[in-house]
Amino acid sequence: MGLGRAPMTPRLRANGIDKRFPGVVALSGVTLTLHPAEVLAIVGENGAGKSTLMKILAGVYQPDAGSVELDGHPVRFDGPREATRAGVVLIHQELNLAENLTVTDNLFLGREPTTGGGLRVLNRREMAARATGLLAEVGLPASRASVRVETLPPGEKQLVEIARALGTAVRVLIMDEPTSSLTQKETERLYAVIDRLKAGGVSVLYISHRLAEVVQCADRVTVLRDGKNAGELEKRSITHDNMVRLMVGRDLTQFYPKIHRPGVGGAAVLTLDQIRYRGGPDAPLTLDVRAGEILGMAGLVGAGRTELSEAVFGVRPLVSGELRLDGLPIRVSRPSDAIAAGVVLVPEDRRLHGLVAPESVGFNLSLPNLDRLGSLFGVRRRKESDLHRYWIDRLRIKTPSAAQPVGLLSGGNQQKVVYGKWLARDPRVLILDEPTRGVDVGAKAEIYALIDELAGRGLAVWMITSDMEELLGMSDRVVVMHEGQVAGELSRDRLNEEAVMRLATGGEEP
Amino acid sequence: MMRILGVLALLTALYAGLVGTYLDNAPAHEPASKTQERIQGNLVDVANIQGRYGVIALGAALVIITGGIDLSIGAVVGCSAVLFGVLMQSGIHPFVAVPLVVLCGAVVGLGNGLLITQLKLQPFLVTLCGMFVYRGAARLLAGTVSRSQTIEMQPDFSSALQSVRYFLVGKNIKGELEFPAEFILLLVLAGVVGFFLHRTAYGRYWYAIGHNELAAKYAGVNVSRQRVAVYVICSALSALAGVLLFLDMPSIQSDSGGQYLELYAILGAVLGGCSLRGGEGTAVGMVLGAMVLPVLENLVSIRGLKSDVIPAVIGLTLLVGTIVDEFIRRRSRLNR
Repeated sequence: MGLGRAPMTPRLRANGIDKRFPGVVALSGVTLTLHPAEVLAIVGENGAGKSTLMKILAGVYQPDAGSVELDGHPVRFDGPREATRAGVVLIHQELNLAENLTVTDNLFLGREPTTGGGLRVLNRREMAARATGLLAEVGLPASRASVRVETLPPGEKQLVEIARALGTAVRVLIMDEPTSSLTQKETERLYAVIDRLKAGGVSVLYISHRLAEVVQCADRVTVLRDGKNAGELEKRSITHDNMVRLMVGRDLTQFYPKIHRPGVGGAAVLTLDQIRYRGGPDAPLTLDVRAGEILGMAGLVGAGRTELSEAVFGVRPLVSGELRLDGLPIRVSRPSDAIAAGVVLVPEDRRLHGLVAPESVGFNLSLPNLDRLGSLFGVRRRKESDLHRYWIDRLRIKTPSAAQPVGLLSGGNQQKVVYGKWLARDPRVLILDEPTRGVDVGAKAEIYALIDELAGRGLAVWMITSDMEELLGMSDRVVVMHEGQVAGELSRDRLNEEAVMRLATGGEEP
Repeated sequence: MMRILGVLALLTALYAGLVGTYLDNAPAHEPASKTQERIQGNLVDVANIQGRYGVIALGAALVIITGGIDLSIGAVVGCSAVLFGVLMQSGIHPFVAVPLVVLCGAVVGLGNGLLITQLKLQPFLVTLCGMFVYRGAARLLAGTVSRSQTIEMQPDFSSALQSVRYFLVGKNIKGELEFPAEFILLLVLAGVVGFFLHRTAYGRYWYAIGHNELAAKYAGVNVSRQRVAVYVICSALSALAGVLLFLDMPSIQSDSGGQYLELYAILGAVLGGCSLRGGEGTAVGMVLGAMVLPVLENLVSIRGLKSDVIPAVIGLTLLVGTIVDEFIRRRSRLNR
């Protein structure tokens, strides 16, 4: 207010937005103001209505009630095309680039400059010239222009999306979880670009689950909870705790339920002995996962953590070395071998590897357990529905019934289904790859409590995570990976963020 | 559910049209009982063809549920029919020849499945190539085969062949259709397929693979083995349909026997609720879907349309049916 904002016309304003979907009220009476040259973060649990609101602002959905104003004039966009024309551009959570085309082709997709005339012959020269300029604005070298998008790392794809938006004379840039798949370095680069855009007068609206980044980058925060405004925070009051309090509507005591078990680290349950896997580094890797411990595995994106877990789970073939369970060698050449041995994986990409999304909650809970539910006369319906009921109750999966398509559940409940399908097998080793990705705060706490309880009962938990708080809060022991190798190990008493980052970036052990 | 109602509505309309046309075309002084008899006889004829199409539609549907496609069905039908004739002509007893032909079909399916899963070739291409190969193989075996020629060469088989014919296609020694045996065979096979699809772990795996192959793999499903299995089933059923074709037709030409049947099978599966994107379809739907085309063919022909226009009429009707079906599907999705 002291900045003299009051008399300024907001760049974008949403008043009393309502949006209903069959069976759900996604938004009710949501109000939002975005000033010129401002970075506004929208935070809230999954299912709070953030993405729906963004889609309404960008014309993907129409609101059931309420109005949107751009520079003080009411607007109604019938589709993202119209919004883009007015300077409001949405960059989706899943990037919308044509992977098989070059960066330049993508920058102008749908609005290619032509040499004129009905044939729409591409004006290659103009495209090349403008592409260089746009790429420079987001800090990408001109040499990227002719590269196929699929060959770029995720961070650069994000920047290409932004460059594409810049090509449309963007005034409001809306980003849904822009950093969720980026490395630290890529994230920093993205924020540098956002700063530059802001300096150029662009207003940026973004959704993020990474609250630390919000603290660092946002000018203002709007918090949504259950489809309603839950509060606003001005720059000086943006703190992690304040945001979480507004998001969940309560103080999060005991967010990490870690019971510091004395004498953690029993006998080694799973041993990776000198293993090398296809596509992995040349040097072999050795690692123990012990009974009753949560082994945290840190590392930057691309450090080979997921690949290692896939090798152990039988997705990637081992080239040499040995896997041992309780000291006895096991042969794992496909996931079913690992599962039979009691080694299960909660994968990083839930919708790709974890769930058959169009099928029901029950279908997914049963899928890896059919060998235990079946007989010569088919799947035993009674046993199966008992299993569904038990795990839906036990994990408090919020679903109308076991017949609900799992893809319609919230991220947290979907993730619980993945846990349920494995826990029903009573595994020995639980490999968690980003155990709470895309999971809302409330469900996160429940999942943490579950993991802790499982470890307490002697399960060996191997937790791969890029979430520093999760790593520090949950691990009994941490292994840090760098370029496919173990860069160092940190026991709980030596565990801190600096030590992890130092090892993850190839530094020496402290 | 909505899809099954849709195809049921379509079938009802077609049957009503069929019966109506018969009544219209009935000679003025024909007694009602005679007309009824003719209609019944015709419906039984149609049912027999529905049975044959249904057998291959079941196979095609299983492949489609796992997200694959089999274009070699028609060629396998033709080749199997020829092989069946050639085997018997060379002195192999019909009771042995039937399982042998089905086994050969299974081997063909095994080949398709292994090429697709082990060499990671695209199903469309593998089975497209297969279509030419089996068509060619049929020609190498013989130009044409027929029952009369077979019996001429192996007179001892006459009665065995006749009993196989009676039980599989329902035709008596005079060639009259006594009961729709092929349709009954379809119902039995559909029951078996339905059991596997809806009651066993295999069915779950097939749906899971069709919807999300990676998730199925990560859940411990041996995806390759399941994929191979459905191709084996599909080709074995096609081979069985080849036997039916041989028994039903006066003669089989190796370059045209079973032509277009892969397309009929795929259409039947899709009309019955399978999505070409995989992961969807029911056994009841498959049977109903496969019933559409023979009724339609019959309706077109008794309406006195030139046989040349039959494909166009079929194509257009099915297109309309597909459009209506898609609308129903969208509606039901919105209402959920």
